[in-house]
Amino acid sequence: MEPGEIHALLGENGAGKSTLMNVLYGLYQPDEGEILVDGKPLKLRGPSDAIAAGIGMVHQHFMLVPVFTVTENIMLGAEQVRGGIAGFLDRRRARREVAEVSERYNLRVDPDAVIEDLPVGIQQRVEIVKALTRDVDLLILDEPTAVLTPQETEELLTVMRSLKAAGKSIVFITHKLGEVKAIADRITVIRRGKTVGTASPEASRDELAALMVGRTVRLTVEKAPATPGEPVLDVAGLVVDDDRQVRAVDGVDLTVRAGEVLGIAGVQGNGQTELIEAIMGLRPTLAGTVTLDGQRVDGWSTKKVLRAGVGYVPEDRSVDGVVKEFSVAENLVLDIYDQPPFGRGLSLKPDAIAKSAQERIEQFDVRTSSAQAPVGTLSGGNQQKVIVARELSRPLKLFIAAQPTRGVDVGSIEFIHSRVIRERDIGTAVLVVSSELDEVIGLADRIAVMYRGRIIGVVGPDTPREEIGLLMAGITPDATAGNSAEGGDAATTDRDAAATADADAVSGGGTAATTDRDAPATTDGVAPAPEGPGSEDKEA
Amino acid sequence: MTNPNPQPGSPDKEPASEEQAAQNALGNTERAEAATTPTAPQERPTLGRLFLENLWAANTFTVTLLSLVLAMVVGAILMIISDPDVLATYAYFTARPADAINASWTLVSEAYANLFKGAVFDPAAANFNTALSPISETLTYTAPLVFTGLSVALAFRGGLFNIGAQGQATMGVVLAALAGFLLPLPPGLHLLVAVLAGAVGGAIWGFIPGVLKARTGAHEVINTIMLNYIAVYFLTWLIVQNGVQDPNRTDAISRPVDASAQLPRLFGDNLRAHGGILLAVLATWAVAWLLNRSTLGFELRAVGANPDAARTAGISVTRTYVLIMVFAGVLAGLGGSQMVLGTTAAALTPLVVAQIGFDGILVALLGRVKPWGVALAALLFGALQAGGNRMQSYSGISLELVTVLQALIVIFIAAPALVKAIFQLRAARAARLQTSLAKGW
Repeated sequence: MEPGEIHALLGENGAGKSTLMNVLYGLYQPDEGEILVDGKPLKLRGPSDAIAAGIGMVHQHFMLVPVFTVTENIMLGAEQVRGGIAGFLDRRRARREVAEVSERYNLRVDPDAVIEDLPVGIQQRVEIVKALTRDVDLLILDEPTAVLTPQETEELLTVMRSLKAAGKSIVFITHKLGEVKAIADRITVIRRGKTVGTASPEASRDELAALMVGRTVRLTVEKAPATPGEPVLDVAGLVVDDDRQVRAVDGVDLTVRAGEVLGIAGVQGNGQTELIEAIMGLRPTLAGTVTLDGQRVDGWSTKKVLRAGVGYVPEDRSVDGVVKEFSVAENLVLDIYDQPPFGRGLSLKPDAIAKSAQERIEQFDVRTSSAQAPVGTLSGGNQQKVIVARELSRPLKLFIAAQPTRGVDVGSIEFIHSRVIRERDIGTAVLVVSSELDEVIGLADRIAVMYRGRIIGVVGPDTPREEIGLLMAGITPDATAGNSAEGGDAATTDRDAAATADADAVSGGGTAATTDRDAPATTDGVAPAPEGPGSEDKEA
Repeated sequence: MTNPNPQPGSPDKEPASEEQAAQNALGNTERAEAATTPTAPQERPTLGRLFLENLWAANTFTVTLLSLVLAMVVGAILMIISDPDVLATYAYFTARPADAINASWTLVSEAYANLFKGAVFDPAAANFNTALSPISETLTYTAPLVFTGLSVALAFRGGLFNIGAQGQATMGVVLAALAGFLLPLPPGLHLLVAVLAGAVGGAIWGFIPGVLKARTGAHEVINTIMLNYIAVYFLTWLIVQNGVQDPNRTDAISRPVDASAQLPRLFGDNLRAHGGILLAVLATWAVAWLLNRSTLGFELRAVGANPDAARTAGISVTRTYVLIMVFAGVLAGLGGSQMVLGTTAAALTPLVVAQIGFDGILVALLGRVKPWGVALAALLFGALQAGGNRMQSYSGISLELVTVLQALIVIFIAAPALVKAIFQLRAARAARLQTSLAKGW
């Protein structure tokens, strides 16, 4: 690493990027080899050593206390105390430092805002400020763009450029090729814990991808044009609350036809999760209807919905998808364990379960040491294949896949995508939810963009990325005209007015940046974008 | 379609993840081993080698055994300290150490010898009956513990912490006793009804916290503890009511259970072992089947390991919670019913269930919440109690020492890292990372 360099670390999931960086940050101890800083070997016993050596890290999952303010979070671990042994926290000084750092690097954050009220992009900025207040020279960003909108990503890249200008070095971990090409000065590709090559940003995407997985992969999904049939899933006027009793889905209308893939794009937290959970009977619907093949299914139990021919790949694999302690075989029958031939009456048939597991492990190319190995020992991609195998091995009318390839390596992504398309081609209606725009564009025959609990536009897959990106940020091409026309009750009008304000603020700002961060003071009435519609409801 | 995968450099990271697991020094050695062993079945190590490996790896059976040894060592120290005569010899330890060592050895070895003689076999037994007596005593103490242990273990596997086995056993003993002396039924049928009444009593007392948990999210630990109190005071109140209290007595004791509702004795009238132990074996088998070979057990284990995934897969978590608690209650109630239907007592007293519910928690932990493990653990606890009686009367060591021993064993088992550190066993760190008991909270 040179000073003032942005070094991208590229590799598949599980290639060892994060592990390497955790070693660098002192979280793990190296078994062999050494780390050189300014030519001197460095021994790190913990993150505090790393910070002392000028290394800071922004983790993939933010290490922030949600109920603390920005200042409190930043001072955490390096608390300034005054009053000697009484040890009062010197909040004022910390606050001043935060303000100073964010001023110097042009990273605007409100020092008194509470973290949980902030959008993800700002939270990440807080993490960066936190690292910078510790006077680091080398900043490690672990998959920083995974949770951001295209616009937020663009902003982050701007921030990185300004940090680079200030002489800081940045290690940028990612598996997204586009960003790497956009920002990196040097690219190191890691595969299976080994450096397999260094490349310059001029290398083509395909070259980099090939380096990453060790063979050429198709980045686009090959598929024939869809032949949509009858509507299978009909969602009309659906209203759903999230766990905090805040409106998450606010009048969604959707139709998915047999033999087509409907993709739902959108920044996470705009109601996609709640929408899917409501369809699956995992979350009560407050209004509206869900119709499956002509039959009302809202209010049904999850089991009944599954039995009616719905396959479901949940968004959070490790929480909702698999039981980690269970074997691969048991996970493969997690929702059909009581159906013949796996169970008859009260008794379970382990032989049948093991036999079918063996078949499906081969069919779906699950890499496991045995069908009896606990699923927790498998890699993320293989766990996901187990779930996909489970859901796709019974006859389906509707297949719902939420974030089907999140945290999955490129090879498995390709496989899972081809399976989804194959399911479409045999006439199943497919609903794909993903926060990866590329995935939605690649898979879907129609794309519905969800924003603050509503579908704000349905477009074809050939729509330019930028246009979809704008929709994801809540900006419709004809924002001022279109929205007010469809307004119904008073609350809706309010919301539309707010949305219009959003659009105005942004068009004033010039770039395609999302709403409030550029002008937090001026658009006070508007809630932070990825928060969802919640905060709006409070004021309404 | 099969994944086109011509090159060995496949994109999947399974081997990489194992390498990482090792590199990261996350201490996940056991898992990695479990995952890798099945891949190389062609080369079978010798039995002795396997045994050694198992011994030095984080083997739970070894830890259990060593915990037992450690507990006995601490118990020995306690015996020495609490005996003034032996302790006196330590006053001149530097002058004549042999005195102190001899006195300590005599005390401890005799005490533990009596423990053994009381629990397993007395070499000085005159005839067949007296030779069988220690075993009979052990089995008598074991039977109810198997049930309460299974009750706690079953709930554990379903992700619930059933502290209420005591209360469930209490309600079980109440209903079993009432059925035992209030219903005039023919022998056989009477016993069956009384046993079922015990099961029903426990089931009700398990259903309440189960349904509260499922419907309102109230934590089962709090509710089962509270229900324990309610059950024990209900019992105390009930005993002195007309029709329940023994008309010939003024103290708090109920009428005795009819002979027609008593569990048959196994080894003749002079030995206390009764049919309860057979029921216990049956129950262990049933619970093992339920957990591993039934759809209900699949649901139960799935809910216990990951309720979110279970719910997503269409399993009704609330229904499962209620069922788990009802089953746990049934088991504890059956255990309780043996306290009056067996040979321990024939009538209700305020302390009729003793500590079997709370001991059940220890038994479940000691048995690693596996059915047959629980049965063995109950056998150990039963043996300790049977032997403790003899130790008290022959060596003058108070019975409470047995309770201390039991507690120590469980403490050592709950802290496998400590045991392994003491005995310098490999992978102590691994065990610390995967202590089995955190579940349920």
